[in-house]
Amino acid sequence: MKNKMVTAAEAVSAIKDGDMIAVGGFLGTGSPEILMDALVAQGTKHLTVIANDGGLNEENAPTNGKLKGIAKLLANHQIDHLIASHIGVNPEINRQIAAGTLTYELFPQGSLAEKLRAAGAGLGGVLTPVGLGTPMEKDWLGNEKTIIEIDGVKYLLEKPLRPKFALVRADYCDKYGNFTMLKATKNFNHVMAMAAEHTLLASEKVYEIGERDADDYQFSGVYVEKIVEGEKPWEI
Amino acid sequence: MGDLKARIAKRAAQEFHDGDVVNLGIGLPTLCTSYLPEGVDICLQSENGFTGLSGKAEPGKEDYRVIDSGGNWVTYVPYANFFGSEESFSIIRGGHVDATVLGAMQVDEEGNLANWIIPGKAVAGMGGAMDLVCGAKEVIIAMTHTQKGNHKIMKKCTLPLTAEKVVDKIITEMGVMEWVDGKLTLTEIYDDYTIDQVKEATEAEFAVAENLKHLAAE
Repeated sequence: MKNKMVTAAEAVSAIKDGDMIAVGGFLGTGSPEILMDALVAQGTKHLTVIANDGGLNEENAPTNGKLKGIAKLLANHQIDHLIASHIGVNPEINRQIAAGTLTYELFPQGSLAEKLRAAGAGLGGVLTPVGLGTPMEKDWLGNEKTIIEIDGVKYLLEKPLRPKFALVRADYCDKYGNFTMLKATKNFNHVMAMAAEHTLLASEKVYEIGERDADDYQFSGVYVEKIVEGEKPWEI
Repeated sequence: MGDLKARIAKRAAQEFHDGDVVNLGIGLPTLCTSYLPEGVDICLQSENGFTGLSGKAEPGKEDYRVIDSGGNWVTYVPYANFFGSEESFSIIRGGHVDATVLGAMQVDEEGNLANWIIPGKAVAGMGGAMDLVCGAKEVIIAMTHTQKGNHKIMKKCTLPLTAEKVVDKIITEMGVMEWVDGKLTLTEIYDDYTIDQVKEATEAEFAVAENLKHLAAE
């Protein structure tokens, strides 16, 4: 069996300046914190990051003064371009936009999930009614998106979004990479794991293969290239 | 103002049927759960990834894996179910949510909705709002009738839209408006307001229902 177990530093070492990465989490919940810390330590710059939101920074109450999720990368000025659905919670995003050091692209949350899923599922895009008649009919550069009519109903074509790396979090996995994310930590982690060329999984606990029943794992390890153990519960 | 918000939430809560799957926006709409009619149980959907939201978690009893879409620590009911964003929005777009209640910056005569961006101001993003109003079977706007004296119920929205022709009902402290035979119509009015006052507070043209219902101001 190919060994997928690495340290956090080894896992992120393949990420280079300018790469497009996807990072799981929803306002910090379900974010791969040890991979964020390793990427901050590595100092990789000019990243394009796909994330639902900007994570949480020290100005957001529930973090006890700690940064969560991609807020760590934002604080360290490692992101040039952000692809997200909501950028209002972490105020650092709008500060960097105003300063001209960060560009951004917004998608409706469901469209963002489907664009990632489409990439992971080998589809040429998704047709969604969401965004018709709104600024979403144009991309962030002002180009018109394609509108397709199916049986008399109009849909917006949203193309697949394929990051080079996905950095995702699980509660537990086995050494093959089959993984489970409990409760509301799932959010974007699964579609990101599907979508990326290389998926790096940070898990609280890693079991030996066969130590638990195969059906205990919600998602397949076929998506996972590297596994890092040591993700910690969020101390509230 | 607190009383007016309670009035709006209380009226909005009357829209729910026992067993409905409902998604509530942040702010005023979340107050609806305090005013559910007797015998009506609803299943709250939280678009970050579960059905069966219960309420805010007590301090000291938070579960770090369970937040709502506003990032608050919350609890869940025994029949809750957790899933990823792809399924959460399949549930939303796929018509499995019976109703959504949310606020608005503007609504217009055609049922167009603007509630996500003000050009020139810091951008927050739409989050799940566009998906929700396109997918939910009934879209209920619960809001104050005006904002600092400015109209919110417009002839035509001037702000960028969240979605076209999606609003089914508008509930404010003055009354209720809905579309009857395609025409925006005042169907209920609180008895501390007159029709003329509603007209003054509304830029949109609206009809007055023949059987206009008068609601007692409490």
